[in-house]
Amino acid sequence: MAAVQETIDQVALIDVDQYKYGFETKIEMDKAPKGLSEEIIRFISAKKQEPEWMLEWRLEAYRRWLTLEEPTWARVNYPKIDFNDIYYYAAPKSTPGPTSIDDVDPEILKVYEKLGIPLREQEMLAGVKTSRIAVDAVFDSVSVVTTFKEELKKAGVIFMSISEAIREHPDLVRKYLGSVVPTTDNYYATLNSAVFTDGSFVLVPKGVRCPMELSTYFRINEKNTGQFERTLIIAEEGAYVSYLEGCTAPQRDENQLHAAVVELVALDDAEIKYSTVQNWYPGDKNGKGGIYNFVTKRGDCRGKNSKISWTQVETGSAITWKYPSCILRGDGSRGEFYSIAVSNGHQQIDSGTKMIHLGKNTSSRIISKGIAAGVSQNTYRGQVSTHRRAENARNFTQCDSLLIGDKCGAHTVPYIEARNASAQFEHEATTSKISEDQLFYCLQRGIPEEAAIALIVNGFVKEVIQELPMEFAVEAQKLIGISLEGSVG
Amino acid sequence: MLEIKNLHARIAEDGTEIIRGLDLTVKAGEVAAIMGPNGSGKSTLSYILSGREDYEVTEGDILYNGESILELDPSERAAKGIFLAFQYPVEIPGVATMQFLKVALNEQRKYRGEEELSTPDFIRRVKEASARLQINPDMLKRPLNVGFSGGEKKRAEILQMALLEPKLCVLDETDSGLDIDALKIVADGVNALRSPDRAVVVITHYQRLLEYIVPDSVHVLYKGQIIKSGDKSLALDLEANGYADIIDAAA
Repeated sequence: MAAVQETIDQVALIDVDQYKYGFETKIEMDKAPKGLSEEIIRFISAKKQEPEWMLEWRLEAYRRWLTLEEPTWARVNYPKIDFNDIYYYAAPKSTPGPTSIDDVDPEILKVYEKLGIPLREQEMLAGVKTSRIAVDAVFDSVSVVTTFKEELKKAGVIFMSISEAIREHPDLVRKYLGSVVPTTDNYYATLNSAVFTDGSFVLVPKGVRCPMELSTYFRINEKNTGQFERTLIIAEEGAYVSYLEGCTAPQRDENQLHAAVVELVALDDAEIKYSTVQNWYPGDKNGKGGIYNFVTKRGDCRGKNSKISWTQVETGSAITWKYPSCILRGDGSRGEFYSIAVSNGHQQIDSGTKMIHLGKNTSSRIISKGIAAGVSQNTYRGQVSTHRRAENARNFTQCDSLLIGDKCGAHTVPYIEARNASAQFEHEATTSKISEDQLFYCLQRGIPEEAAIALIVNGFVKEVIQELPMEFAVEAQKLIGISLEGSVG
Repeated sequence: MLEIKNLHARIAEDGTEIIRGLDLTVKAGEVAAIMGPNGSGKSTLSYILSGREDYEVTEGDILYNGESILELDPSERAAKGIFLAFQYPVEIPGVATMQFLKVALNEQRKYRGEEELSTPDFIRRVKEASARLQINPDMLKRPLNVGFSGGEKKRAEILQMALLEPKLCVLDETDSGLDIDALKIVADGVNALRSPDRAVVVITHYQRLLEYIVPDSVHVLYKGQIIKSGDKSLALDLEANGYADIIDAAA
């Protein structure tokens, strides 16, 4: 008893207070007035020098949003959000849009340096890092810099902020934007469509394998500011791209809203691998503050034999509401969802996926690992469905939950709908606790308690960690350790 | 090496006293066998030696190399060289046996202020030790103890013992669940570790194991006390006549 109790106490004490990205940077910001109205949307659109159609698109979404009700079906509790008490646009005055690295405010560069995000191409080329990653850095409402743009351009890959893409490639954006997550999709996605400020745009042309990993790093810095990013990734026929997303925010007493939309489109034989390490500020040990993370992520396997793979490591946010999904439209297409969701302190996670089988011979695989500690609640919610005409759909789902302590909860809510008799769906679920015996066994071999918990937890999540790109895998393992323990951070 | 003096201990949760005034001395180089009927406190003794927090020592002391270890937590005791081979080794899903061995070895080295082992050096040691125990290298890639047969689990325990090079080895019913071939392999593994600076405490129910691991001393544990000590002939005597006479004589 005693050993485990001590662990629980320790975890409860340190938990979320260990957040090491909680610093705030004083930067002069250009902000829209607080609140949400058609005026504000016009303001954002004008700031971004958007074409008329884009403004109309936003306004239509806004009018739609006014008729919608906030969804309440998720297993999360939070006070009603006052959408008029939020700033919808905040941009550093000195760097109001993407520019070259030399023009970025040094204060902002320092932020990314502190976060360990490489923005200087020379430094990366100097061989400090063995692999190169192109980064789009989004600071509050704007992208401040995108690296390796020229080199990617040579390969034919378009990688830029979505604001730039709307100006430079309006036809492409218009063709794909909202084609996976329509403006009418859901409350938060509709809100995002109205007020989104920045995000990344990627297009990998036919037959091209993107020569490096692409990533976007999101930072919310400004107080009371919502971040509404929009990411659109298109892999044309036979293309391949691996994309990473990371995020952090300062430590604040107030809750902040993050409502993103990510759309992926994979054409024939294309593959998109999308990995996220979500590390928004989770709130303090009393449950005060933290990010409300309401995200709509969806991939459309539009072409035959296309593949979309989501991998996520969720350790941050006070509230997480997120279901990265795949629409398996093309015949022979494949969808994957690998997830590790760690909740501690007062965090609440309601996350999972949807695999919608529409084409023939489609397959999907879901591996979800939830770890709950403190007084947190951790829910997996997943839907697997086949259309009437989707012959030979296959799904394998495995949901495992690990509990640390006896005040947290793990819940699994699968929705399985097979409308075609040839479908083969498998679902496995387990819930376990780190046992007294496991802990004592490790201790007896000379492994101290914290290292023992890290070892057991990393064993538990191993299947998912293996799916992450190498650089992220190490980072994710450390992050899980920090989220669950004190001394490591 | 090990001196247990008038030890009294109880289950922390409900206060049931299990060890009631136990005295035992085991010298470096000695192999001591602890025998006794079910419920006499044999396994409890192994847990108390290794520091499991489910038990409370209420009186007496345990000296290891002349120092009391009662205040040390289990991982510190392990790093100082106390090893317990479990009767029921625990499964650690997702953690490859190899990885577990490496973490354990390096954590112990860290505690003792030694350098971490290099990977080639580590692999060489594992290969040598596992070959002696006839352990298939594929087994080391599997998660520790998950899906292992009874024999594989016990061999994995002895492999860990060989690699960690403890000074005091406590074997808790290592013979349980082993067929005769596996028993020989395990006993050979233990015998290979016998050395003048290492002590072994063999806890067992049956004399069978002691045919292969021949003890220097045999102690009979009953109701939390050592009621009789002798040489290896005591084990044979117990095998032939049972515990009843000794228990009656002690009472």
